[in-house]
This record gives sequence, C-alpha cells and structure tokens, in this order.
Amino acid sequence: MTGVRVLVGTRKGAFILTSDDRRLDWEVDGPHFPGWEMYHLKASPADPDRIYASQSSGWFGQLIQRSDDAGKSWQTMGNTFAYDGDPGTHQWYDGTPRPWEFTRIWHLEPSLTDPDTVYAGAQDAALFRSTDGGQNWREMAGLRDGALPAEWQPGAGGLCLHTILLDPSDTERMFVAISAAGTFRTDDGGSTWRPKNAGLLSDGIPNPDAEVGHCVHHIAMHPSRPDVLYMQKHWDVMRSDDAGESWREISGNLPTDFGFAIDVHAHEPETIYVVPITSDSHHFAMDGRLRVYRSRTGGDQWEALTDGLPQENCYVNVLRDAMAVDRLDSCGIYFGTSGGQVYCSADSGDSWAAIVRDLPPVLSVEVQTLP
Amino acid sequence: MIRVVLPAHLRALARVAGEVQLDVAAPVTQAKVLDALEVRYPMLTGTIRDQATGRRRSFVRFFACELDLSHELPETELPPAVAAGTEPYLIVGAMAGG
Repeated sequence: MTGVRVLVGTRKGAFILTSDDRRLDWEVDGPHFPGWEMYHLKASPADPDRIYASQSSGWFGQLIQRSDDAGKSWQTMGNTFAYDGDPGTHQWYDGTPRPWEFTRIWHLEPSLTDPDTVYAGAQDAALFRSTDGGQNWREMAGLRDGALPAEWQPGAGGLCLHTILLDPSDTERMFVAISAAGTFRTDDGGSTWRPKNAGLLSDGIPNPDAEVGHCVHHIAMHPSRPDVLYMQKHWDVMRSDDAGESWREISGNLPTDFGFAIDVHAHEPETIYVVPITSDSHHFAMDGRLRVYRSRTGGDQWEALTDGLPQENCYVNVLRDAMAVDRLDSCGIYFGTSGGQVYCSADSGDSWAAIVRDLPPVLSVEVQTLP
Repeated sequence: MIRVVLPAHLRALARVAGEVQLDVAAPVTQAKVLDALEVRYPMLTGTIRDQATGRRRSFVRFFACELDLSHELPETELPPAVAAGTEPYLIVGAMAGG
C-alpha cells in the first residue's frame, strides 16, 4: 500500500497517524508513552520500520526509545549523554558564564543509509552520535572546539541544538542549528565545525552581525540541492545558495517574519513554506488567522494559504520541528499546533484538513512516505 | 527482600505492576537499593538519579516508614523495617503540575 505515516510528538505522548495515498481517512494510534514529553520521533530512511523517539520529563529525565516494527512495540535504549571532557561554560540569560548541563534531546536524525547510526541534538547544546542503534552515545565534541561556544546563550526554550541536516550528496557534510548560537557546518564528518552565519542580522544581540549568537529557529534543505538552505530565524526568513557561506533575507511580503517552522516542497526545490507567528512575545498566529505562507520563487514573494484553516479566533503556535512534507506525487504538507491540531494538505498547500484536533500541544511532526 | 514502590510512569517504563522486590545485602542503604533496581531494570537508569552527577532528581522523593529520606546521604542505612521487608521503600514523583 502506498501511503504515509505521520509521527507526532506532543507534550504528553506520541501519536502515529497513518493513511493511504489519498490522505483522507486516517488511523490514529496512541498515545505512546502517555504523560511524557515526546520532543521528536523520526524513522530511518534506510529502514522505514526503525523509529527513534526522544522521551523526557521534568521528573525522570531523558530516555531514548526505539521501535523496529513501525511503532507497534518499543525498547528503551541507552540514555547516557555525557559531554566529552569539560565542556566549559556558555552565557546564561544574564550574561554570566554557566557550566554546560545536559537536559534533554530535542531532535533525532537517523543516518540516510545506516539504520543503526543516529544523531541527537541536545540541550545544553551538543551533538551526539550512536552507531549501535541508540544504545551508546558519544558527543561529537568538535562542534564546540571551533564554534566559539563561550558566546552561545540560551533562547527562551534553552540552549538547544534543534536542527540536524545531512547532506545526501556528501557523507562528510552536515549542518546543525543552535538557539541561540546560529548555524554550523562540518565538511569532515563531524571532526571540525565552523559557524556559517554571514549575512544574519539580529537586533537582540550586542553585535547584530556577530559570527555566532543568532537565534536560528530552523533550517531546511531540498535533497536535490544541498547547497541551498532556507532558514527561519527568530525574526527574518533567510536563504543561502552556497551551503551557508552567506545568507540573504527573503522575508519579502510576509505579514511578519517571526516564526519557527520552515520546509521545502518534495518536488519543487524553490517552493517553500513558513507559518508566520505574530512576534516573539505573542507566540500565536497573526490576527487570529492560521495561515501557511508559500513561496514558489524561493522566497521574497509569498502567498497566504488559508483554505481549510481557521480564519478567526485562532491563537495557536507552530513549533520549529512541527512541519514536514511527504514525497507522494502530489506533495503533502503537514504541521501541528500548540492547540493539538495536526493539519494535512494533500495538494501542496492549496487546501487543508485537520487529521486530529485535540491532541496535547504538538512539539514535532515527521512524515514517512511508505512504498 | 526489599520492597520498592515505583511511581506510575516508572512502573510503565519497567513494565511492572505493583511492588518490586529486590535482594539487597546488608547493610541496606538507599544507594544499594537504587543500584539493585537499575541492575534489574536497566531502563530505569538515569530516571531516578541524574546520570552525570549521581544525585537524586529534583522532582523525585524517597519515603519510608512515614519519613522523608530524600535528603539523607546515599550510604545512609534504611530503617530496619525496610531492610526486613515489612515496610516498602517508596520512590515518589513529587507533586507538581505540568
């Protein structure tokens, strides 16, 4: 059966939503791990039945779960996330130095080719890797060596490494993004990293064009053009055409350029999606209207997509990892909200329908396109 | 035999119902009980004590015999009734919203 499997992480459990390729009728399975914060679930591209999940709580800390049967059963994997050596200090909210302290895993990124290799983005910011299916984790400490970590500082959600992009054309190249530090790139498989933030301007830091310190909310890549990156920064939507060497603003006619989520159409590398959010102090959709904005020109020119989305009295947020696309011929776009809705468009954003409306607040959405 | 009562979330994680019973050699201390618990149920490792520091997680409490033992040193011996198995050692998720 050709279809899709949507992996939803929420504030109080995980849900798995499945449908055939029409994406009209959905089976809702869950909650898995009820009561736990499920920051992220993601399946291995090399083995669609292998799903990794980040499970945490303020009471009991961080756990990693793995399923080898598409979410029917789970096993608890290793959860020792030890920083390599003395990680030193980063800036605290008041500017004072604060020692690195592990809190949780925000994002899990399975290898494109090996089901047993998976990367994990941590708070306080660090990148970990497992090569044995999640049992043992080792920090890729080179990220902190060359990336000016003493200048990193937490965003409102903490000092988190929340985005990991693997270059499908170059196994040695990866990108990560950290709030609030910026974007970093390795060209040697993670041994060394450099900040890639030239062109970013952030009024909330002392030097607006500093090499690091920017609150990058999310970055996205189309697999056919890994040198082209799109970014939703705290404020500003940005684009790089040279693998992060330089960035330019593409906010264009967006009603506000604050937001969290950004993603790229599966078959049209110049078609991108954002969900504008009123401001950093409001954290809800603008004017009570939930609108996805689409650019078919790689930015600058944007159109509002509203068909099927609430256009009055709607004050939800859409978080950075809560948007995804499927790879069916008619590309599906998905996003989840702080109000517990998960919306799907089976026609590239032209029209939308809620798959579910009453989940706990949605933290993340990932989609698998099933053969 | 030491009787240990886990909070609901950790019972679900360990896939147990009701009390857990552990063999712990005398003298019975909090650290030895928690060590034995993590050996029997490795999925609980890090959920009660922070992995990096070994300290009790802030929102986890230890009770027994109507006493709060949360601030006792790990090597402190547990009350005789716990060591004898007549009273359970309670691991409690602190009452806090969220």
